[in-house]
Amino acid sequence: MSSTLRHEEKGTTAARAGGGSGGFGSLLRLRELPVLIALALLVLITFLNNPLFLSPQGVKDLLLNATIIVILAAGQTLLIITRNIDLSVGSMLGLVAFGTGSIFAAMPDLPILAVLLLGMAFGALLGMVNGFLVTVAMVPALVITLGTLYVFRGLNNAWAGGKQYFAGDRPEAFGALSVDTVLGFPIITLLAIAVVAAVAVYMAGTRPGRDLYAIGSDPEAAKVLGIKVSKRVFLAFLANGALAGLAGVLYASRFNSVGATTGTGMELDVVAAAVVGGVAIFGGSGTVAGAALGALLLTTITSSLTALRVDKFWQQAIVGILILTAIVIDRLASLRTARKLRISEARNV
Amino acid sequence: MLSLTGAAKTFGPVVALADGTVEIRAGEIHALVGENGAGKSTLVKILAGLYHPDSGDFRLSGEPVHFRSVAESKAAGISVIYQEPTLFPDLTVAENIFIGRQPKGRSRLISRAEMRRQASELFGRLGVPIDPSRAAEGLSIADQQIIEIAKAISLDARVLVMDEPTAALSGVEVERLFAVARALRDKGTGILFISHRFDEVFDLCDRITVMRDGRYIATHRTAEVTVEKIVREMVGRDIGTLFPKAEADIGHTVLKVDGLSRSGVFRDISFDVRAGEIVALAGLVGAGRTEVARAVFGIDPYDSGQVSVEGKPLKARNPQAAIAAGLGFVPEDRRKQGLVMNLSVARNVTLTLRNKFVTAGLINGGKERAAAKEWSKRLQVKAGSQEHAVSTLSGGNQQKVVLAKWLATDPKLLIIDEPTRGIDVGTKSEVHRLISDLAGRGIAILMISSELPEVLGMADRVLVMREGRITAQLDRADADPESVMHAATSSTGVTE
Repeated sequence: MSSTLRHEEKGTTAARAGGGSGGFGSLLRLRELPVLIALALLVLITFLNNPLFLSPQGVKDLLLNATIIVILAAGQTLLIITRNIDLSVGSMLGLVAFGTGSIFAAMPDLPILAVLLLGMAFGALLGMVNGFLVTVAMVPALVITLGTLYVFRGLNNAWAGGKQYFAGDRPEAFGALSVDTVLGFPIITLLAIAVVAAVAVYMAGTRPGRDLYAIGSDPEAAKVLGIKVSKRVFLAFLANGALAGLAGVLYASRFNSVGATTGTGMELDVVAAAVVGGVAIFGGSGTVAGAALGALLLTTITSSLTALRVDKFWQQAIVGILILTAIVIDRLASLRTARKLRISEARNV
Repeated sequence: MLSLTGAAKTFGPVVALADGTVEIRAGEIHALVGENGAGKSTLVKILAGLYHPDSGDFRLSGEPVHFRSVAESKAAGISVIYQEPTLFPDLTVAENIFIGRQPKGRSRLISRAEMRRQASELFGRLGVPIDPSRAAEGLSIADQQIIEIAKAISLDARVLVMDEPTAALSGVEVERLFAVARALRDKGTGILFISHRFDEVFDLCDRITVMRDGRYIATHRTAEVTVEKIVREMVGRDIGTLFPKAEADIGHTVLKVDGLSRSGVFRDISFDVRAGEIVALAGLVGAGRTEVARAVFGIDPYDSGQVSVEGKPLKARNPQAAIAAGLGFVPEDRRKQGLVMNLSVARNVTLTLRNKFVTAGLINGGKERAAAKEWSKRLQVKAGSQEHAVSTLSGGNQQKVVLAKWLATDPKLLIIDEPTRGIDVGTKSEVHRLISDLAGRGIAILMISSELPEVLGMADRVLVMREGRITAQLDRADADPESVMHAATSSTGVTE
């Protein structure tokens, strides 16, 4: 028995989900570590080839490019942890961004905070549609949100038609959110960091947040334990919608034009960011900080490759390879656990 | 402290529990014994709040209770530990204990340090060295059960129900579990212990309640009763007339299994099955019967030994070779392994021989339907249409479709795992007649069954397995309920 125990302890995969007992050892086992190393290497190599990459303007651009995806990835993490997914985030973002443009066109004097809250409320409403369909109709989220991806995009098309709103249509102070910096960080980036911090505290430090991990780890067991699975999943969809709404408003601040196609295809970048950041696609483990790092890595790669003058056509392939690498690493880790498990079980018989 | 009297539970026409009665006192370990299907699990699920009894009286400390959910049962102080605990693999051990009620620190956020400390304290009290910070993934079943017990203690459980906790444990782990159970009893916890192993029951428990066919039979003080009496009460019913097997000419040896072993699963299994003979593999759930059958058929690997069909050795790990050699396998779980539930009756019947109907690379639908029709007719499958999905049929008729599927391949030997599980009583005898019929046509049959009457009524010979070994080989004349149960449960029952 004692040999079995020793063996198992050696084979323990990781304080996943931030459950480490502290110290250097648990730092090494962090799922986020490979992403952090990759990011550091990437920045270093690019910097050595092109020192301008880390100029104040260069850093600011890197952060700005990541901001929108980071916010979306934070919301997506809430869902992926519970074994769900939301593919409609790009369409939700598009609707809210176009809505933001419309509001400012109609009421240029509306306070920016009010617009932010309106956008989040709009997004939350769209998220509730997804959450309702998933928890009540009991259809997998992948299918439901694939449907709403097209429905929301269709609404956006019908609403916008050929119309576009440009930065000039919006108050200067609103655009300044993506230009002005505090301590070198653009304001919208600070907002994104605040979002990530809030979600991280919720997921790691509150009982409902921990319930999300339990649901993703074993939905049936969660039900047996009396965790309100449907309610938690519904609220996660709502929160994800609200964050997509926030991202939509900030998108309108950051970019010049919003129209019928704003945000198209973004959902895949978001899911990729979460997966690269160590959020297990089958739920139960991963952190929002990891997802945010994943988002930063993906957007930085694009900038790096441009700075290194790598052909644009190769960039997507490289992003793809990164995703596959992340998944292979994850799979190898769980295969190793399974093998250890079999060995210890065979001894126990 | 806890008393359940006359609880009944039916699922449609199936009576799972007719008279569930048990009384657990504070500070006692109470055993619940009975054959497979005696209603023990249903009773446990009622205690756990998973099932709601149709009738009966359920009291806790004298007060009537009606649990509508697992949470209510837990809140009332009843904790159930299942044979295979359900932990969250991704969460840490400590978090598994405290999920939903994690201790909070000053910041009103969950305090991991406090959670670890409390978990360590629990393990300290239980005297087991489990690291609270490790992930639950990869823990042995024994450790998982200890974690469930730690959870029960932290919930201040007054009644602890353990449903066959020792089935997957090694000797040392059983000792550790018993030490923990005795310590809890001495502190006043009432424990309901369900087990098939009489040595454990007599070693650990203060009183024993016997169930049979969904009914309460008797409760004894352990000191005042013998194993023989308990076994008699467990099986005591009229058997032998229910499922008569028709006399058939026993022919040459079809299947010969010689010294088959798989590390940790089964050991040194040798037997043969002859044409026209029905050989039953009896024993308790988890004795390794299905595993042997799967290894013989080539689904699972084996480490050593030899399987031969009509004198020719059969390749290991190769179900195609087994089918080609004339073997058929009717698995226990029809829904998962035996049938493609969404396909039509016809498609399912012809699944094993679709290559016969191929014309120019495509399956000839006409030929397929004709063959399916013929077999369904022979086996009297009651289906609205050959084109209906198999999932719409009753359990008994689904079983006939599976049988038809294999019979269409013209097998020499059929392995049938739990032929009548989940089948209503009326259709059961039809399935039995069908199997008897097949033997009459010279097919060798290896039948795995947990139902004693079925084993005794159908089999020409009974092989009893216990913990991965064959502990008895009984001819029809020698096989009676006592001898089979004895060989299946008691460690001293090796009679070769």
